[in-house]
Amino acid sequence: MLHIYCPYCEELREEEEFHPKGQAHITRPADPDACSDEEWGDYLFFRDNPRGIHHEMWVHAIGCRKFFNVTRNTVTYEILETYPMGEQPHFTAEYPEGKPADQLNDAQQEPSRQEGVHV
Amino acid sequence: MSQSLKQPNRVREGGRIDRAQTLSFTFNGKQYQGHAGDTLASALLANGVNIVNRSFKYSRPRGIVAAGAEEPNALVQLGSTEAAQVPNVRATQQALFDGLVARSTNGWPNVQRDVMSLVGKLGGQFMPPGFYYKTFMAPASMWMTYEKVIRKGAGLGRSPMERDPDHYDHLNQHCDLLVVGAGPAGLSAALTAARSGARVILCDEQEEMGGSLLDSREQLDGQPAHHWVEGVVNELAQMANVTLLPRTTANGYHDHHFVTLHERRTEHLGETAPLTDGQRPSRSRMHRVRAGQALLATGAHERPLVYGNNDVPGNMTAGAVSTYIRRYGVVPGNKLVLSTTNDYAYRAALDWLDAGREVVAIVDARKAPEGDLVEQARVRGVRIIEGAAVLEAKGSDRVTGARVATIDAETFKVTGSSDTLLCDTIASSGGYSPAIHLASHTGARPTWNDEILGFVPSLVKGVHAAGSVRGFHQLADGLANGCSAAAEALSALGFAATPVELPQVNTYRQGAACALYQVPHEKPTLRGPKQFVDMQNDVTAAAIELATREGFESIEHVKRYTAMGFGTDQGKLGNINGMAIAARCLGKTIPEVGTTVFRPNYTPVTFGAIVGRHCRDLFDPERYTAMHQWHVEQGAEFEDVGQWKRPWYFPRTVNGKTESMHDAVARECLAVRQGVGILDASTLGKIDIQGPDAREFLGRVYTNKWAKLAPGRVRYGLMCKDDGMLMDDGTTSCLGENHFLMTTTTGGAAGVMEWLELWHQTEWPDLQVYFNSVTDHWATITVTGPEARKLLAEITDIDLDRETFKFMDWREGTVADVPARVFRISFTGELSFEINVQANYALHVWKTLFAHGEKYDLTPYGTETMHVLRAEKGLIIAGQETDGSVTPEDLGMQWAVGYDKPFPWIGKRALTRSDTRRVDRKQMVGLMPKDPSVVLEEGAQIVFDPDHAIPMPMVGHVTSSYYSPILESGFALAVIKGGHQRMGEIVYLPMVDGKTHAAEIVSPVFYDPKGERQHV
Amino acid sequence: MSEHTSATTATGINMYDVRPTAEVPAESPLAWSYHHTGHPGVSQRSRVVIRERALLGHVVLRGGAIVLDEAVRQVLGFGLPARPNTLSQDPSGERSAQWLSPDEWLVIVPGGEEFSLEAKLREALGDAHYAIVNVSGGQTLLELEGEAATELLMKSTPYDVHPAGFPVGKGVTTVFAKSNLILRRPAEDRWELVLRRSFADYLYRWLLDASQEYAIGVDD
Repeated sequence: MLHIYCPYCEELREEEEFHPKGQAHITRPADPDACSDEEWGDYLFFRDNPRGIHHEMWVHAIGCRKFFNVTRNTVTYEILETYPMGEQPHFTAEYPEGKPADQLNDAQQEPSRQEGVHV
Repeated sequence: MSQSLKQPNRVREGGRIDRAQTLSFTFNGKQYQGHAGDTLASALLANGVNIVNRSFKYSRPRGIVAAGAEEPNALVQLGSTEAAQVPNVRATQQALFDGLVARSTNGWPNVQRDVMSLVGKLGGQFMPPGFYYKTFMAPASMWMTYEKVIRKGAGLGRSPMERDPDHYDHLNQHCDLLVVGAGPAGLSAALTAARSGARVILCDEQEEMGGSLLDSREQLDGQPAHHWVEGVVNELAQMANVTLLPRTTANGYHDHHFVTLHERRTEHLGETAPLTDGQRPSRSRMHRVRAGQALLATGAHERPLVYGNNDVPGNMTAGAVSTYIRRYGVVPGNKLVLSTTNDYAYRAALDWLDAGREVVAIVDARKAPEGDLVEQARVRGVRIIEGAAVLEAKGSDRVTGARVATIDAETFKVTGSSDTLLCDTIASSGGYSPAIHLASHTGARPTWNDEILGFVPSLVKGVHAAGSVRGFHQLADGLANGCSAAAEALSALGFAATPVELPQVNTYRQGAACALYQVPHEKPTLRGPKQFVDMQNDVTAAAIELATREGFESIEHVKRYTAMGFGTDQGKLGNINGMAIAARCLGKTIPEVGTTVFRPNYTPVTFGAIVGRHCRDLFDPERYTAMHQWHVEQGAEFEDVGQWKRPWYFPRTVNGKTESMHDAVARECLAVRQGVGILDASTLGKIDIQGPDAREFLGRVYTNKWAKLAPGRVRYGLMCKDDGMLMDDGTTSCLGENHFLMTTTTGGAAGVMEWLELWHQTEWPDLQVYFNSVTDHWATITVTGPEARKLLAEITDIDLDRETFKFMDWREGTVADVPARVFRISFTGELSFEINVQANYALHVWKTLFAHGEKYDLTPYGTETMHVLRAEKGLIIAGQETDGSVTPEDLGMQWAVGYDKPFPWIGKRALTRSDTRRVDRKQMVGLMPKDPSVVLEEGAQIVFDPDHAIPMPMVGHVTSSYYSPILESGFALAVIKGGHQRMGEIVYLPMVDGKTHAAEIVSPVFYDPKGERQHV
Repeated sequence: MSEHTSATTATGINMYDVRPTAEVPAESPLAWSYHHTGHPGVSQRSRVVIRERALLGHVVLRGGAIVLDEAVRQVLGFGLPARPNTLSQDPSGERSAQWLSPDEWLVIVPGGEEFSLEAKLREALGDAHYAIVNVSGGQTLLELEGEAATELLMKSTPYDVHPAGFPVGKGVTTVFAKSNLILRRPAEDRWELVLRRSFADYLYRWLLDASQEYAIGVDD
């Protein structure tokens, strides 16, 4: 039973309130018709399965119903951060201790959560 | 009869029992007496009961070995009535209550004289090591045979056959710090945290808090240990920020400090929960604790030594001897031999002397033991045999002697000649194994500590440990360690720790312990007397040695091969000894061999506590519509659709005779085709969609076009996933230029809602649109059949003229005085009106329809009739005709796919792949059985050539199949390879019973193929 | 005969007053439960009391907080709650607004006010992007009081209902038994449960069962 910080509710909630939605940061190709079958197959079906830091998408299904991202260690199950859609992770396989300050974009330094998603 | 005669092993004074309260109990049919404060185990020992069980595999007589959760033998079946049966209760953990009835779990026909013991005498070839492994490799049918014999003979307890009168519940708890274990370290930790203002939960598995202090020889501040315990527990009990949970075992440590605690609330009071104030409290309770941090003060289990016949009743752990004497006032024998590797165990001999009984000798494996406790024993004149160990116990139903010799632990050799000491009790101690179970549930691998000769827990972030579990066995260390570990946790939680003044205690000078696990014997292990490692699973040192000889090197494999540490035991007493033996045989060290992983639960948890109140009619939520009461009163049979209870059919009862389902459905079908029927369609998912981009959004999530749908119009839509496979379908109505009402399937409602949000929130956040579920707000009543218009016209102000209110239009107005939206959509193929009204008024509308419907023989119908009618029209049900591998075109619904829409809608790209364009894909068709009386089986496989050798190529299957009263024939929908091009062909369905049905491939629209009836 | 009031707004939204003007019997989502399961009376021994506030107006607002806040202030006289998972209400406590998500609020008003509330809000909001949805038929509100109320909630929801985790003025959507609901605490000694219609009977039976030992009473 994970304990997950919802970046919109701004508090920790029980795993029962959430649904996992697979790997985060999968973007639908802007022009699907221009994709080869292989590229389209990659988008649809191929996912990472790393040992260690992984970025996942979850939805606060019994709660605010917002989708957001989770950086989770698949070995220890530790959740390093949760962040709204559209933002980039602070902790990555490359920077397991967190990205240096110059790698962070403005949105991460000052997240706006009250007004909703991507508004 | 004097008390001492009744309870020969009860000492006159001392212990935490109340001798003024005598309790009667029955064990294996015989009546005994004990006292309030006893466990079943202490009461049995007080009464001199030696044999409490027969062993699992060899059926050897077994007695009580330990005093707590680690007891391997004294498993009993509780319950005086069938309903009250509880299997596998440890007698050491069951508080005695008046009228308790217990039986041995193993032992058939009785523990004293056991037919199965023949197996034991034959040397156990019946179940050699690897028995489970080898059995599972054999044909499965053999296991069935073995299992019956084993279970009947050995028994593993049994579940009650009658309904449990008790109930159970869950309590969700939250705290800053969870402290597990209320011994010295746990108490000092809890006190520190509580005084610092943190929300604290302190749980302990025993009847009272205090842990080792309850049977301690120590003085705290010059007072007996329990005085300090009472002071601390009283203080904690007064504090609002503290929850004290005695009789509560922390059984599982799950992710992110979620810990399950099993509280036995009334099991010390009686076999069912007694009524209090007319109410029956829950018998046991699962606390689901979400802790900020946790502190494990779970103590340690004493390791017995592994020597010959160490399972004969009268062999015990040294600590258990102390506990029975000091806590329960029971001295479990007359003449004691103590075999030890360490100083601590000397307390057992001192306690035995204090109880006025004879200590024959202390056999110490160390060459020159020294230390304060050793000195105390010497001063009291106890014979100490140095550099020696008990090689083997004598006796069969009870220890009669101990054969003792000098040994060399390092070379694993007996070095001197042996001497047999007459005694009835052998206490042994090979050291202490920290109870690391909970820490290891977190996934942290324990590490071997050479100094304490045990595994100590590694700790994940937020978990702390204190006291014996970390190897701090001295009282002063444990107390101080509790405070400092609590301070660490508090600091992580952001609390300033309030220092606690600790009581003054003695610190003992102690000699180093010696590493001895299996005691050497003159004969090789495989030929010597049985040396038990795991008594519950009857695993011997020889079995482990044999496993290593057979090539098992990983301790995890040895465990599974021998069954060591299996079952309810979980290796509490035996695991470390087993690893040490494996290490010796493999020529490795214990840390090299490694430890097995402990998993939840620490001790067995009843199903009741796991289930809590989620049982019987609260097992799963049942969802009802606004018309539910009417359906019940009409005698509807219900069908589960997801969590919904939907009327399945409405059987009529005439002259006391109730229609069969077949007759009811046939009647309902004909009523709709020839008159008018009414369906409660409220369970359909309904989503309100508003916003300037609502129309654009619909165009992206549906395969068909939405750009031109005008207000007042309705359209059917197909929803695919991006792999091009159908996921849901339904109608969407245009309520206003920027306002739509989408319907989904009953089962798909929540999923579609989440799907829309997913795409909006993650891919197209720029689209201005909002989705809101209105499934529960609107009730939906379908009135359908040729007479539907006439009926509805009687109670509505809406103009129902067929020219102005056309098929696939919707209108608003009142129905039965209630504002409604009425939709001319049809799932039956007949003239249909779907009426949406605010659900609070729906029953009124429903009843008014019936008040006016009598003259039309208005017939309520259920989901079965709905299915038949829609299938006659070839209308699909997502999830029945489809299974995630079916495209709109496979269904013959290319008319609902808009390839020329400007935006690359969901599913479009995949529908242009070569595979989805194949002409031999499974395609939906109708099937007409050649024999009209046949109703094909749903799921039946279809072949082209029934004479083909087996395996026949299977070319499709039946997705829906019913009897049609209007066609007077069975009929089916099916998916068949290249089916659209095979109209008129005959296919075959070979059935399990050997029959083969023939059927013709036909159009899936069986009735009114031109679709005229819904337009009337 | 009853009449119906409907309008299409300038923003292309259909607005429909779904409450009948004629005298028509209305049933709360718990009507079947009272009939079938019954309602134990309140006694001296009752340590938990529940009371349904049936047939209220329940309206969901979607949109940006700043825009909606202004309109709500104008129409209801109080603003939207400023923080996630909190509640604001008028002095009488009859009208409240609860944060459900960053762009979603639940407004509860006395039964019958929901349509005029929607109309006034739409007027105030003009052509901003927002949504207003009447869900009054789809849910009902239960009040929960009594010394054992907190323990009853602990049996039912994994959410922390201790005052430290659930101060007055808080409201959350969370798991409840095997279903979910909106749980809010408008006053020190009073909780409110907003139940979905179709789950109401299950939740009602759950509450009665879980609080048997508190001699639960249903106030009517």
